[in-house]
Amino acid sequence: MNDTFEPSTNFKELPILKKPEEKVYWRSMDELADSAEFRTYLETEFPSKHDTWLDPVSRRDFLKVMGASLGLMMFTACRRPLEKIFPVNEAPENQIPGKPVFYATALAFGGLAQGVIVETHEGRPTKIEGNPAHPDSLGATDVFTQAAILDMYDPDRSQSVVHRGVVSSLDSFVRALTPELAVQKQTQGASFRIVSEVTSSPSLLAQRAAFLKAYPKAQWIQYEPLGRYNALQGAKLAFGDFLEARLNVEKADVIVSLDSNFLDEGPAKLRYAREFAAGRQLTDGRTTMNRLYVVEPCPSITGSTADHRLALRASDIESFARELARALNVSDVAAGGALSPEARKWVNVVAADLSRSRGSSLIVAGDEQPPVVHALAHAMNQALGNAGRTVSYASSPVAESATGWQDMQQLVKDMEEKRVDLLLFVGGNPIYDLPVDVELARYMNRVQFVARLGLHENETSNLSHWHVPQAHALESWNDVRALDGTITIAQPMIEPLYGGKTPQEFIALVLENAHSAHDLLKDYWKKESRVALFDSFWQQSLHDGIVSHTALATHQPNVRSGFAKEFSAIKGDVEIVFRPDPTIWDGRFANNAWLQELPKPISKLTWDNAAYLSPAMAKRLNVENGDLVSLNYKGRTLDVPVWITPGHADQSLSITLGYGRTKAGRVGDQHGFNAYMLRTSDAPYFDGGLTVTKKGGSYKLVATQTHHSMEGREIVRAATLAEYKSDPKFSYRKTDWPEESETLYDTAPKLDEETGWGLTIDMNGCTGCNACIIACQSENNISTVGKDQVSRGREMHWIRVDNYFEGSTDNPEMLHQPVTCMHCENAPCEPVCPVGATSHTAEGLNQMVYNRCVGTRYCSNNCPYKVRRYNFFQYADDSTEQFKFMRNPDVTVRSRGVMEKCTYCVQRIQEVKIEAMKTDREIKDGEIMTACQSACPTRVITFGNIRDKKSRVAQLKNEPRNYAMLGDLGVRPRTTYLAKVRNVNPEI
Amino acid sequence: MAASPQAPLLEPGQTYGSVTDKISGIVLTKNTPITWFIIFTCAFALLMMMLGSISWLLIKGIGVWGVNIPVGWGFAIVNFVWWIGIGHAGTLISAILFLLHQTWRNSINRFAEAMTLFAVACAGLFPLLHVGRPWRAYWLFPYPNTMSMWPQFRSPLMWDVFAVSTYATVSALFWFVGLVPDVAAMRDRAKNPIAQRFYGILAMGWRNSAKHWNVHDTASLLLAGLATPLVLSVHSVVSFDFAISIVPGWHTTIFPPYFVAGAIYSGFAMVLTLMIPFRKLYHMEALITERHIDNMAKVMLATGLMVAYGYLMEAILCWYNGSQYEVGMFFSRIKGPYWPAYWALILCNIVIPQVLWWKKNRLNTLVLWGVSIVVNIGMWLERFVIVVISLHRDFVPSSWGIYHPTFWDLSLFIGTMGFFLTLLFLFIRFIPAISIFETRHLLHESEHHKDGVHGS
Amino acid sequence: MVPDSPLYGLLAEFKGLDQLIQASEKMREKGYRRMDAYSPFPSEDLNEAIGHHTNPLAKFVFCGGLIGVISGFSMEYFASVIHYPWRIGGKPLNSWPAFIPIAYECMILGAALTAVFGMFILNGLPMHYHPVFNIPEFEKASKDGFFLSIEAQDKQFNLAETKAFLQSLGPVAVHEVPQ
Repeated sequence: MNDTFEPSTNFKELPILKKPEEKVYWRSMDELADSAEFRTYLETEFPSKHDTWLDPVSRRDFLKVMGASLGLMMFTACRRPLEKIFPVNEAPENQIPGKPVFYATALAFGGLAQGVIVETHEGRPTKIEGNPAHPDSLGATDVFTQAAILDMYDPDRSQSVVHRGVVSSLDSFVRALTPELAVQKQTQGASFRIVSEVTSSPSLLAQRAAFLKAYPKAQWIQYEPLGRYNALQGAKLAFGDFLEARLNVEKADVIVSLDSNFLDEGPAKLRYAREFAAGRQLTDGRTTMNRLYVVEPCPSITGSTADHRLALRASDIESFARELARALNVSDVAAGGALSPEARKWVNVVAADLSRSRGSSLIVAGDEQPPVVHALAHAMNQALGNAGRTVSYASSPVAESATGWQDMQQLVKDMEEKRVDLLLFVGGNPIYDLPVDVELARYMNRVQFVARLGLHENETSNLSHWHVPQAHALESWNDVRALDGTITIAQPMIEPLYGGKTPQEFIALVLENAHSAHDLLKDYWKKESRVALFDSFWQQSLHDGIVSHTALATHQPNVRSGFAKEFSAIKGDVEIVFRPDPTIWDGRFANNAWLQELPKPISKLTWDNAAYLSPAMAKRLNVENGDLVSLNYKGRTLDVPVWITPGHADQSLSITLGYGRTKAGRVGDQHGFNAYMLRTSDAPYFDGGLTVTKKGGSYKLVATQTHHSMEGREIVRAATLAEYKSDPKFSYRKTDWPEESETLYDTAPKLDEETGWGLTIDMNGCTGCNACIIACQSENNISTVGKDQVSRGREMHWIRVDNYFEGSTDNPEMLHQPVTCMHCENAPCEPVCPVGATSHTAEGLNQMVYNRCVGTRYCSNNCPYKVRRYNFFQYADDSTEQFKFMRNPDVTVRSRGVMEKCTYCVQRIQEVKIEAMKTDREIKDGEIMTACQSACPTRVITFGNIRDKKSRVAQLKNEPRNYAMLGDLGVRPRTTYLAKVRNVNPEI
Repeated sequence: MAASPQAPLLEPGQTYGSVTDKISGIVLTKNTPITWFIIFTCAFALLMMMLGSISWLLIKGIGVWGVNIPVGWGFAIVNFVWWIGIGHAGTLISAILFLLHQTWRNSINRFAEAMTLFAVACAGLFPLLHVGRPWRAYWLFPYPNTMSMWPQFRSPLMWDVFAVSTYATVSALFWFVGLVPDVAAMRDRAKNPIAQRFYGILAMGWRNSAKHWNVHDTASLLLAGLATPLVLSVHSVVSFDFAISIVPGWHTTIFPPYFVAGAIYSGFAMVLTLMIPFRKLYHMEALITERHIDNMAKVMLATGLMVAYGYLMEAILCWYNGSQYEVGMFFSRIKGPYWPAYWALILCNIVIPQVLWWKKNRLNTLVLWGVSIVVNIGMWLERFVIVVISLHRDFVPSSWGIYHPTFWDLSLFIGTMGFFLTLLFLFIRFIPAISIFETRHLLHESEHHKDGVHGS
Repeated sequence: MVPDSPLYGLLAEFKGLDQLIQASEKMREKGYRRMDAYSPFPSEDLNEAIGHHTNPLAKFVFCGGLIGVISGFSMEYFASVIHYPWRIGGKPLNSWPAFIPIAYECMILGAALTAVFGMFILNGLPMHYHPVFNIPEFEKASKDGFFLSIEAQDKQFNLAETKAFLQSLGPVAVHEVPQ
């Protein structure tokens, strides 16, 4: 127990005396937040907590929350940052109310940047777009980035400094910390530890250096449960240095992924996905495309997009890599374990294919694979002469985090032996996400003073003495690097809603030179940049969202040999595989309802994780979807429901991390199963020796799509490259295109001749990454409905990504198909509406008049594509203040009993039309981008004016692969698809 | 006694006075049978449950029901079609059989018409409640408004609004017109002043004069002539709700006739279901003879066969037009998740009613009553099969779903039965359930020229 | 005869329908016109005999139906084509086939309303008072009584003679009906 803190003094320090407006709010909000009724009240208000839908709401609670809201409104009257920040298109002073302003900034993920441009309305960030100038965004975004908006406005974020569960203030925290620091100074910080998330921020790393200078014996650990330790250690193994491999996927004709989900994971996934898709563009007469082989245990987005996919146990990947390396004559590589005949055939075929395209091939190892596999990949790339062509190397911006995994184990050992007195967590949640055998929680009470800076009061804050609210990235000044080192100076879009602190500000307290993040950053860059005209440099950098010429230089290291001399096989015939969750990652997004309700790309599960296994294995265990099994591994047991996954490697069972949170918030708690309970430090990603037994009983798993066969209907049309070359119009059916004249109603009002909106989706590039879904949700104020409602088939997504399996269940072909409203010219939904609430514009938009809708649901019944969504309850949360700030003011918030659906982002169309009208000019092609389009990493969605023959969308509709789904119904859809083409290797 | 064309529709020994007293006696008697109170109480309890269910629906929203995407319509529409269908027998008996001079209808038409009214009342609830914003349901009516908006007349739901409201109005008027001479009789019989006032007002000063009878006959004839095409149109329009759409299993031209046949089928079933106990309860064997029972059973058998033909045609057309969506729909019927519903429907509507080929079954009220109930269930299942099974798996397999009714679906459905029975028992208690003057007329004819009694 | 005599007329009760019919015929031969017959059920022959066997209701109903169908369709046309035109599912503004059902229902409604209210009007209903009800026996008219009434207003009417003549027709009883 630390005695430097007396409750009495702290009590004197309690709010009201200073900065009343904030503190009053803190108090009231916290009192509320801690009262049980308040929680249940908000749960009933939260569609996301649907099990409580039918709870009555007592008047008392109602009044309480109104009080809270009032407080919130008071202090959020104006939240525009105090410092001068620079918008992309125009300076704040000539901002027009109602007109959005866009700012460039960056969001860090795993310590590396994703450059974004944030749309703000009257100082409220409402929508995130990618920053085209940023190397790792190129204008696209992923689901996590899109959902960051909801994270920022999350009402569950921690809103005050808390000391042992009691609301306190920053001053009292500093007062408590100072003596601790004094003690540490005497011992040079021998018992002083800081644990932060991985970071590439030059200013923070500078602070880290300063810290280690001030406390030479102290340690600063950078830890992420899913950090890229393997990649870095693999580089070390191959090159003797922590290097980053930068892929140039576009240049590669043959790509081999060794369990690498590079299209959906890793800091540069958006760039890679873009380049990958560009490499298989078959439009404008191109007839060549790259070929992707994927070897992986459980189907990933990359695997489902591959031309050839081999389901192989994670533990056999190394053997496969070794065999492949040997086949490519990489020197002294020991042979791996025995491979199945199929795998051995693969090795030969793939090796042959690779050698045919030396210098234009690429081998990628997955972050979940051990360092040696990465090293082998590097060696093979070198052997194939790819280095410098399809892959280049540079030192890693996060090199300093490379040893984090081991450091944490050391830290806990130190704590166990009482060698740690002062422990500071900067973000992160190690109590929850450390391997189960690294018993941090057990030894927390052996540390005198633990404080945590964090967005939420989570499991780790719970066991810390102090919790300090962190500022969200959208509220923070920061600087962060892209994978290639390019720096973005991140600027806040809004003053911290709850007075949170940035890591830099927090560390500044430790270094006892407290400044605002803005000053810290500006001072740092004044020193660093050494430019004559600092202000214009500063302004330019903020404006562009990147600091030019900050990419790290690439070089040509040589792969050492002999790193793969001996091979040790993994014991046990059934393996367990730990994977990041595709929607909530390592658990950090557990409280984000958008991501919780986002269907997992392959299984389409929402709100839960499960144990994924192959149909064959399920048959042996005699289990069906949702049946509980006991996983017994290293003497620990976890009961999990299974989800049968076609294409999963047999004798292998994979489970995603991040679920089973207990202190995530109202949305994230008690969903799914905590796989960290089985994860150990020596086998972070997979291991043999798992025993699975049927437990009996089942658990309700909820998927948005339950039927994955196309029933022989031509919903998704696909062919091989050879077939495409012989018959480019393979997907064309005459019956899909009824002439406008083919109607009994020739007197129907004609559609506009100049303007007609239409959309195409090129299935060749779609990876099924779901970015479009969240982008649409954010742009169009789409509600989440919660697990129970999803289980009743009432999810609200306006755009969905269907997923079909074809062929054998052991290794089927997987097809992803984004489905929006088709805006049929002869829309079947329109004539059946008794009140004319849905009708057609001259420009071909099928429009929904929410105010007129009485909700007969007849339109949905009569929609062959089933893209209409219905408010069965009051889904839109109309009482939580934060969400009012979050919503897009250009889009109506729908009420109970009303039908809604994709509008082609009509608000964006109108915005541009008005601008064009004002200056009396034509609308430029590509000027209007729908939300799904601008988010799409592979740029497969194209929107525009189909009447203008020169427009991109019109050209795409003339492509031979263009087809109309269900066109034979004569509805004349305005959304059409470009059929998928697979570049198959006849030898497999 | 054997029911043959020669068998009389009234048992011998009846006089004008006796029939009048017997029928009006039911209403004017001081001592209501205890059974009436028991049944009425149960019915009223169910009615209260219905009101509770409706309140919850209005408080929470449509989500308390089992409907979802893709199954946007569930119990509400199933029940709507079912109730409307039941209503049709009444109009049919009172109108079509009237035009065909089927004198055997006389002693059952009043009862059947009342049934029509109450069934339509129940049916009318559902379209109103199943919209997401019932407080906006009036937007479905064309009324002058400051928004200068109009309903969308191409929608079958609008046709429904007109068809059903017209049907309700006309049935009510037709029923009342037939009622006037009888309430006049009640007025003249009633002893207690309140009853005298009550019936007096309803009778509007009717005095059985030749002049009145003359115009009254013409009016009845014309109304019968109007109600006949109306009743056919109403269920055709209801069938358009489905036939006009593009949903596989809905989009078919056979629906109008097959819905009308089905309606009559279920209607007669319901008449029997209610008439047989009523006949027992009030010892009406003298007026509702086996001849009536037998004829109704025959009508049921006939319409049942028409419905069977409808099912057969659906199957054949699926195979004939060869559309993969239609075929898929048909297979999801016979072996999809809801296969028990489909086969139960075949059993109830086609197989079991075949026992009616045998006269001894038709005359065994217990058997007949059982069959009539089975048919009621079967016809409800038919609507369930059409609405739910067609919707739950349509064009795009990724959107296929499943539908489970909730407690609130069931409570509302059962509640409407309470609503129906409550109204019916109030009717039995306060209105002569059999047309007195027509019975007198029948008696007169049977006394004068024996051939005038020939029915069916 | 006095125009405003306190007497409404005479009411004769007969044993059965046939007697009533004969009596009515006899009275007509005698030239009486302002008569009415009362029977517990309708009878064509009686209507013939008493002279109430035609009425214009059918014509009214036809007009009612016509008005109904025309107004119904014009409403739809006005709404969909003139007043509130919208592009709906690529269908023409005047989608007349879709307008038929509603026009049809409107026709039925118009006709039915005319039939019912026409009946009431032609029968002068509702009528809150009628002299014949002053005779207690008259309640039998809605059970098993057959009556014949002659109004004092009738040109032929002469209390004594008419009464005597009625008696000659073998009634059960003859009553004087006060106004």
